[in-house]
Amino acid sequence: MVKRSYDLGFRLGTGLFGIVLVLVVVAIGFELTRQSMLSIQKFGFNFWRTEIWDPVAGNFGALPFIWGTLYSSILALLLAAPIALGIAVFISELSPAALRQPLVFLTELLAAIPSIVYGLWGIFVMVPAVRAFETAMPASLRQWPVLSGPPFGVGMLSAGLILAIMVIPFTSSVAREVLKSVPMAQREGAYALGATRFEAIAAALFYARTGIVGAVMLGFGRALGETMAVTMVIGNNPQVSLSLFAPQYTMAAVIANEFTEAADELYLDALIEIGLVLFVITLIVNSLSRLLIWSMARSAKTAPAPAAATPADAVA
Amino acid sequence: MTSSRSRRKTWSSIFVALCACAVLLALIPLALILFFVVSQGIQALNLEFFTNMPKPVGEPGGGMANAITGTLILVSLGSLMAVPIGVLSGVYTSEYAGTRFAALVRFAADTLNGVPSIVIGVFVYGIAVLPFKQFSAIAGGIALGVMMIPIIARTTEELLLLVPETMREGALALGATRARAVFTVVLPSALPGIVTGIVLALARIAGETAPLLFTSFNNRFFTTKLTQPIASLTVQVFSYAISPYQDWHRQAWAGALVLVTIVLLCSLLARVATRRLEGMHGR
Repeated sequence: MVKRSYDLGFRLGTGLFGIVLVLVVVAIGFELTRQSMLSIQKFGFNFWRTEIWDPVAGNFGALPFIWGTLYSSILALLLAAPIALGIAVFISELSPAALRQPLVFLTELLAAIPSIVYGLWGIFVMVPAVRAFETAMPASLRQWPVLSGPPFGVGMLSAGLILAIMVIPFTSSVAREVLKSVPMAQREGAYALGATRFEAIAAALFYARTGIVGAVMLGFGRALGETMAVTMVIGNNPQVSLSLFAPQYTMAAVIANEFTEAADELYLDALIEIGLVLFVITLIVNSLSRLLIWSMARSAKTAPAPAAATPADAVA
Repeated sequence: MTSSRSRRKTWSSIFVALCACAVLLALIPLALILFFVVSQGIQALNLEFFTNMPKPVGEPGGGMANAITGTLILVSLGSLMAVPIGVLSGVYTSEYAGTRFAALVRFAADTLNGVPSIVIGVFVYGIAVLPFKQFSAIAGGIALGVMMIPIIARTTEELLLLVPETMREGALALGATRARAVFTVVLPSALPGIVTGIVLALARIAGETAPLLFTSFNNRFFTTKLTQPIASLTVQVFSYAISPYQDWHRQAWAGALVLVTIVLLCSLLARVATRRLEGMHGR
């Protein structure tokens, strides 16, 4: 009897710390909503449709920021996803065993480098290179709206590039885990039918498609919230432009730059509202991606494994 | 027939080559970043950098003694808060893994892990800066702590689940309570791994800038007062990087070199430790 109450105490005691975690998440949502009330009440949904950001006149519209965040993240995704998947396939399916661990270590190192270091490198090394690239662009191509505008170097292209580099390790490591959970029998079946290496891997990738999409989305979630590196290379100019060369702005960057300068209550509340929406968007994207990865892992686990797969697993 | 077969084989080789190219494409920026950080950083890095205070604009030299101290203080405050919460909630989610509440805690940890660091900064500004009308080291520590909690919680959980069930059962069979079994048998055997996880979390958190911008703010002077704004290596690097002064740029590169060295050392350390652990458990 005594023992049972001990156990209950242990459960409640450790559970209490678990509650803290849940409370923190709830508190973030609550606090951000509470602090941005002024802006929510004054602008309502128009906040997200207006393009004008004029702190002096007290007019706040967040469209340029949500545009910049989505544009830069999607650009990063387009650049990063093929590379990240290639890396995942190479490490888990193709690489010689001796190379595997060092490659994993190196890609993880890419994830460990602080955002501020990416930003510093971005300003002084990448942006000049991007500027040279933009200047060298032939005039006939520059007619195109996506490539129009003066070649500053800082702008959407730089932001997309640096985000892509930063997102690659996240997506590739999750994709690697997902590929690992594909039963060996899938590949062996393909080989047995005379498939080439590419076709066997394509079969494994197709089997893992849900998880792969989840891995890519997880990278997207990272890109949405990335702050320092983007702030330093995107040019920080609130405008909605299709041009890759145009200096633009993101939600995270405007908070980082203007938060301590926000002199009046409304300005501050508008910035906090941007934070609130960023929080909600990343929450949805991340939950969705985890759901996909989880459902993939579960279906791989419950799939009936043919008896022939067992000895092969034992050898591996 | 033969031609289609050779075409398929060619495609396959192209695919393999493309995958190898992807790896190279990712390693190029890594090499470039490390090259520039080391080659630029080493020029401004000397003993002075660690022991001296920042000099006013125009005077060459000076260091980041205040920022280095600040980062140490902030990271310590953060771990003081995050280690107990993280480890104990990790104990809960591994011990009561099947329960609904454990699933909720796990979901909260993953969610928190995905919250952009700048949003955590805004949140902590609301709860720890605004009420006191004062940027402070404590607020910065809380922000870093909030970011560390989910990392530590998930690492602890994963490592505890790796401990063989037989060890726990042995302890319980000898009449130990659940708490005793966990704290004297299960947790100690997973401890080296958990410590490794904490070190990695520390390294990651020491490189954070965004959550500090408006919690601990910045300070040109040396301080250890927890209720005052305090400098940190990352925020200092940021303000130097966007400044127009050559000399400050050099200092920023030196700061970046210090940050990257910390991260690199911790990852290597963790790798060696994990290797040894895996050897011990015979995996």
